[in-house]
Amino acid sequence: MKETKTEISKEEILKALEDVKDPEIPTISLVDLGIVTDVNISGDNFISITLTPTFSGCPALKVMETLVKEKIMELDASGVEVKTTFDVQWNTNMITVKGLAALKKHGLAPPERHSGLVQIEFLDHVKCPYCESRNTSLKSPFGPTLCRSLHYCNDCLQAFEQFKPVS
Amino acid sequence: MSINTGEMKDIKEFLYKIADDQLIIGHRNSEWTGLGPVLEEDIAFSSIAQDKIGQSLHIYEILHSMGEEVPDIIAFARKAKDFRCSHLTEYPIGEYDFSLMRNFFFNHAEHLRFEMLASSSLEPLANLAKKYKGEIKYHIMHSDTWVKQLGRANEESHTRMQSALDKTFNLALGIFEESDFADALREVKVFDGESVLQDKWFEEISSILDKAGLVIPERSKWVPSYGGRKGQHTEYLEPMLEEMGEVFRLDPKAEW
Repeated sequence: MKETKTEISKEEILKALEDVKDPEIPTISLVDLGIVTDVNISGDNFISITLTPTFSGCPALKVMETLVKEKIMELDASGVEVKTTFDVQWNTNMITVKGLAALKKHGLAPPERHSGLVQIEFLDHVKCPYCESRNTSLKSPFGPTLCRSLHYCNDCLQAFEQFKPVS
Repeated sequence: MSINTGEMKDIKEFLYKIADDQLIIGHRNSEWTGLGPVLEEDIAFSSIAQDKIGQSLHIYEILHSMGEEVPDIIAFARKAKDFRCSHLTEYPIGEYDFSLMRNFFFNHAEHLRFEMLASSSLEPLANLAKKYKGEIKYHIMHSDTWVKQLGRANEESHTRMQSALDKTFNLALGIFEESDFADALREVKVFDGESVLQDKWFEEISSILDKAGLVIPERSKWVPSYGGRKGQHTEYLEPMLEEMGEVFRLDPKAEW
């Protein structure tokens, strides 16, 4: 008689996905980034995962799908399907508190919470991730990746990047 | 929403028009990579290119789900006459002032279009629109900042920006060329139409150009550069497509 597998729980899956990091910012997991929008487990342990892109032009989309697939197959899943859709639209408020701390650990100023509308003033005096000063200036709203802007701290004289707020 | 075959054709034309604008101006923006006047501008134009091209891809994916070719074929293997982009997007990058003014006009129209489309009855498009408008906000920040700064910096920068505006304005009006299917799309609540968009756009750009000390041509002198939405393009599109699709055509089946 074939051994019956125990059903994998959603918690187990999310816990496993804690290990899958953003390829461009290796301190933050996809779960904390807020891009895992749906997890579905069918009776025979077939798992469907839905991701939503941070930025539409993000080149890491396919890589992230593959990483998620590989990680889930390490669990006792009969199969896994990962799709990326825009049904839920990502914004920076979806990054968890733990995620914000992880960004800071990477040397990035975390995005501030917004009420749905991001204005240029949001970028004018971003808090420096090194010395916490707000005496900083925006150098450019575009940085080394689509999700980062460039800033300069006038107090500790340090250039830094921000994970920019997106509504 | 239930749509009939005629509406389906109209919706496809409409999607091609939006995505082709983004792909072509996105490619033009990418031509600044390595040439920007300062490093930050090089990065800005390259990032804006990446956003706009990425956004066009997801609209081509909707088209593919409606029975059209896969996005790579749509982007790289069509003839110029099959493109529905506006003339504004086709022009070579020219001087920095021209590229900046082009982006300024285009970004505002693009942002307002997606704001309108966020409540479109075409759900996959509305979902994209909700996402895109947040991203395009940064494109607007970029072009607004420079237009305001250069418009008032010194005599040379002011003269160059005014001359770029004069050269670009009629091309920008071409974005709003109305299509034969406009009423049909309004009827099924997909899109309210180009003239609504143009009015919103005019109001928005006027207030910024005013702050920049730049002057918009009088209405009596407006000669919109139409034709792009019907597949009639400037001489610049074909050579650009030639170059853009060159590598793809070497081996269309290659896995990248």
